[in-house]
Amino acid sequence: MSTLIFRTVAPYLSALMILFSVFVLLRGHNEPGGGFIGGLIAASAIAIYGIAYGVETVRRAMYIHPNSLAGFGLLIGALSGVAAIFAGEPLFTGLWWIPVVGGVEIPLSTVMTFDIGVYLVVVGSLSSIALTLEETD
Amino acid sequence: MAFSPDFMLWLALAPFAAALIAPWLVGRIGGRAGWVLALVPAILFVAFASLLPAVANGVTFAYGVEWAPSLGVRYSHFIDGLSLTFALLVTGIGTFIVVYAGGYLSGHGHHGRFLSFLFLFMGSMLGLVVADDLISLFIFYELTSITSFLLIGFDHERSAARRAALQALIVTGSGGLALFAGLVLMRLASGEASVSALLATPDVLREAPAYTAIFVLVCLGAFTKSAQVPFHSWLPNAMEAPTPVSAYLHSATMVKAGVFVLMRFAPVLGDTALWGTVLPLFGGATFLTGVILGIRQTDLKQILAYTTVASLGLLVMLTGIGTEYALAGAVFYLLAHALFKGGLFMVSGAIDHETGTRDITVLGGLITKMPITFLAALLGCLSMAGLPPLVGFVAKEVLYDGLWEVGGVSVATIVAVIGNALMFAIAGAVMLPFLRRPGALPKKPHEAPPALWLGPIVLGGVALGGALLLDDFTHLLVAPMTGAVAGAAVELHPHLIPTGLYPPVILTLVTIGVGLVLFILLSVLRRAVAGLLTAIGWGPDKGFDQVIAGIVRGSVAVTKVVQPGSMQSYVTATFLAIALALLLPLGADGLPDLRYVGSTPEAFYFVILAVAVGGLWIVIRAKTRLIAIVSLGVQGTMVALIFMLYGAPDLSFTQFMVETLSVVILALVMTRLDLKASDHRAGPVATRDGVVAIACGLGFTLLLLNVVQQPFDPRLSEFFLDHAYDIAHGRNVVNVILVDFRALDTLGESAVVMAAGLAILVLIRMVPAVTRRIAAPDPTGTKGEGRA
Repeated sequence: MSTLIFRTVAPYLSALMILFSVFVLLRGHNEPGGGFIGGLIAASAIAIYGIAYGVETVRRAMYIHPNSLAGFGLLIGALSGVAAIFAGEPLFTGLWWIPVVGGVEIPLSTVMTFDIGVYLVVVGSLSSIALTLEETD
Repeated sequence: MAFSPDFMLWLALAPFAAALIAPWLVGRIGGRAGWVLALVPAILFVAFASLLPAVANGVTFAYGVEWAPSLGVRYSHFIDGLSLTFALLVTGIGTFIVVYAGGYLSGHGHHGRFLSFLFLFMGSMLGLVVADDLISLFIFYELTSITSFLLIGFDHERSAARRAALQALIVTGSGGLALFAGLVLMRLASGEASVSALLATPDVLREAPAYTAIFVLVCLGAFTKSAQVPFHSWLPNAMEAPTPVSAYLHSATMVKAGVFVLMRFAPVLGDTALWGTVLPLFGGATFLTGVILGIRQTDLKQILAYTTVASLGLLVMLTGIGTEYALAGAVFYLLAHALFKGGLFMVSGAIDHETGTRDITVLGGLITKMPITFLAALLGCLSMAGLPPLVGFVAKEVLYDGLWEVGGVSVATIVAVIGNALMFAIAGAVMLPFLRRPGALPKKPHEAPPALWLGPIVLGGVALGGALLLDDFTHLLVAPMTGAVAGAAVELHPHLIPTGLYPPVILTLVTIGVGLVLFILLSVLRRAVAGLLTAIGWGPDKGFDQVIAGIVRGSVAVTKVVQPGSMQSYVTATFLAIALALLLPLGADGLPDLRYVGSTPEAFYFVILAVAVGGLWIVIRAKTRLIAIVSLGVQGTMVALIFMLYGAPDLSFTQFMVETLSVVILALVMTRLDLKASDHRAGPVATRDGVVAIACGLGFTLLLLNVVQQPFDPRLSEFFLDHAYDIAHGRNVVNVILVDFRALDTLGESAVVMAAGLAILVLIRMVPAVTRRIAAPDPTGTKGEGRA
C-alpha cells in the first residue's frame, strides 16, 4: 500500500489529523467533539502513518509505548475523579480553575483532564491494536 | 488514662499502618526492626488492658462511626469480657511474635514483607474480635482468611506451601461465606445489625423460624475456621508456614476465631437442643481425632498442630455443653492453651533454628545446650499436661468440674479423660529433645538469641503467675469472659490446690496415671496409629485433593463444550442469543404498532437508505472478503449521515470515525488471518447464517419501534439541557454528560477499552500457538499457574 503518493502525503495528513484531534478534544466541552472522538482521529492518524512508513518508524516517532499511553490516560482519568474528594466534594465532581492570562479567560478543570485521559486511553489502545496488526512477523 | 472511643477506633487500625511501614523500616535498620515494631501491639495491649478493671465490674463499651451508611454498616467496637480477653491475647502474644519474627527471619530476603503480612493479619484479627457491627465482623473474619493465606504461602516457591495456603484459603474462605449468610440471616431475623443489640434481645434468634439455618451456617463458618473434623486437615498442613506464623495464627488467634464466633453468639444461639448436641459431638470427635493423630507425629510442629486441633475440639465441646462451669472450663482452657501453645511453637522454632531439625526422634540433650529454651518448654509442657502449678492445671480441674456436674461419668467425661491423658503423653514427648541422650544433629546447638526465647519465657511466666495469683486472674479475665459467653454475670472460685478428694480430683489422678502409661508406650502407640491410618488409606486431606481435581476436570469438560475454538460457532451462538433475547419478549409484550410513522421523512432520506441497502447488497454478493468489508463501511457511513441530518453531530462524528477505523482494522486482520480470499460457505450454512442475521435485524427493528412508541419521560434530558452550562460549564450536553454528569461510567468504559485492547494484543501474539490443547487436569490443583 505504500505507493509514492501515499508515502508523500502520509506525514502531512497524519500531522494534520493529530493537530485536528487535539482541536476536537479541547473544543469538546462546548462544541461537537471530545476525548473519545479526538482519540479515534489520532489513532487513525497513527494507523495511516504506520501503513505508509512501517511500524518501526511509528514506534520510534511515538517514543512512548501505546499501552503505556493508554495506562497513563486511565490513571489521569481516575485521578481527575478522585481529586474532588480532596476538595471536599463527592467523587467525580468537576473542579474549575479559570485564570486570566493577558485579559483572556482560560478555563481549566478536572473535567478537561478527565477528557484528556479518555483521549489517551483511546489513542493508546487503538493504535496499539492497529500497530500490532500492521506488524508482519 | 481517660477512655476515648475515637482514639480506640483509630488505634485498633494501627497494625495496618505498621504493615505499611514495616518493609521500609526493615530496609533501614534490618533485623532490629522487630523490636521497634513490637511497640505497636504493645501499646494496643496497654490500651486494652486499661479497660480491664471496668469490664471486670460488668461495664461494657459499644462505640463506633458510620462506615457505609447507605447499607447500614458501621465500623464499631463492642468491648466486653469476651472481646477484651481476645484483644489482649491478639495484642499481647502479637507483641512477642513480632519480636520473635524479627529474630527468626533476620537476614531473610523478604523479612519486611513477612512482617507486613503479619501486621495485616494482626489488624484483621483485632478488628474481628472487637467488632460490633455484624457486617464489619464478617469483613474482618474474611480478612483473617486472606492474610493467613499470604502467611502460610510465604515460602511461595515450594509447592507444598502453596498447596497448604490454597487449602486453608478454600476451606476457611468458603466457611466464611457460610458465616456471612448466617450473619445476614441474623440481621433479617432480628432486625438488629450489631452484636451488642443482639445480646440485648437474647431470645429473638432462638425463636426465629430461620434459627436452624442460622445455626448451621454459623457452625459451618466456625468449624472450618477452627479446624473441626472433617475440616481439620488444613491446620496441620499449614505448618508449612514459617514458625512465627504457626505460633501466632495456629495457637492463639486465627484458629480460635471460630471458637470466638461460637462464644460470641452463644448467648443468642446457644442453650438449644441442636446447639447442645451438634457442638459436643463435633468437638468431642475433633478432640479425639487430634490427639490420636498427634501421637503419631515425630515432627515437633506437626505434634503441636494436631494437639491444637484437639484443643479446639475440646473448646467447641465445652461451649456446646454450655453450663456455667463448662464455659468457665472452656475459658480457662482457651487462655491456658493460647499461652502454652504459643510458647511451645516458638520453642520448636528456636530448636529448629539452632539445631536444623524438628524431629523428636533425632533431637536430644538440649537441656544443657539451650537451658533458657528448656525452661520455657518446661513451663509450656507442664501447662499442656495439666500439671500444677500452671493455668493448664486449673483449666483441667474446672472443666472436669463442669463435665462432672452435667452428667457424672458420661461420654463427654470419658472423652475428656482419654484426650487429656493423650495430651499428657504428647507433652512428655515434646520434652524429649531436652531430656534424651544427645543424638547426631545437623547443626551444633547453642542457646537461641533473646528474641527467640523472650516470648515463650514470658508466656510461660504468665501461665505460672496466673495460677499463683488465681483470684486476680479469675476476677479480671476468666469471670468477665465466662459471663459474656454465658450471657449473665458469673461467680467463680477455682482452687489451685484441691481442698478434698472430689470426683474431678480423682479424674485428674486417673488422667495422670493413664497419661504416664501412654507416655511409656509412646512408640508402640505411634506404630499402632500409623498402621491404622495406612489401613484406612483415605482421609479428608486426600478428599480435598479429590474435590479440587474434580472441579478442575469439570471445568475442563465445560470449557471443551463451550469453547471449542471455532470462531464461527462463537459468532453464531452470540447472534442467535441476541435474536432470541430480542424476539422472545415479544411473545409476552405483543408486537409494536407496525403502521407507526413518526413524521414523513424527506425524499433524500430514501436516497441515503438506498445507498445503505446497496452497500449491504454488495456485502452479500461480494466475491472477496475485502470488498465485503469495505462495502459494510458504506452502510455505516450512511447511518452516520442520518445521525447528522437528525441533529446528532457528536454521534455522527463518532460513527464516521468508528466506521473508518473498523474497516482499517478488519482489513488488517484479514491480511493476518490465513484465509481464502473468497467466502465459500456451503448452501445450508449460508441459509442458517442468513436466518440468524434476519432474525437479529427483525428483532432490533421491532425493539426500536417498541421503544419509540413508549411515552417519553423527559425529566433526565431536560435536567441535562437545563443544567449543563450552569453546573458543568459546558454547552455541548453530550460531552458534559460523558465527562462530568456520568464521568464514573466513562471511566469504567475507558478501562474496558484498555482491557479489550490488551486482550486483543494477547490474542494477536498468541496466534501461532493456537494449536495448543487445553491443559490436562492437574490432580493437586496447585500447579495451575500460567496456563492458558
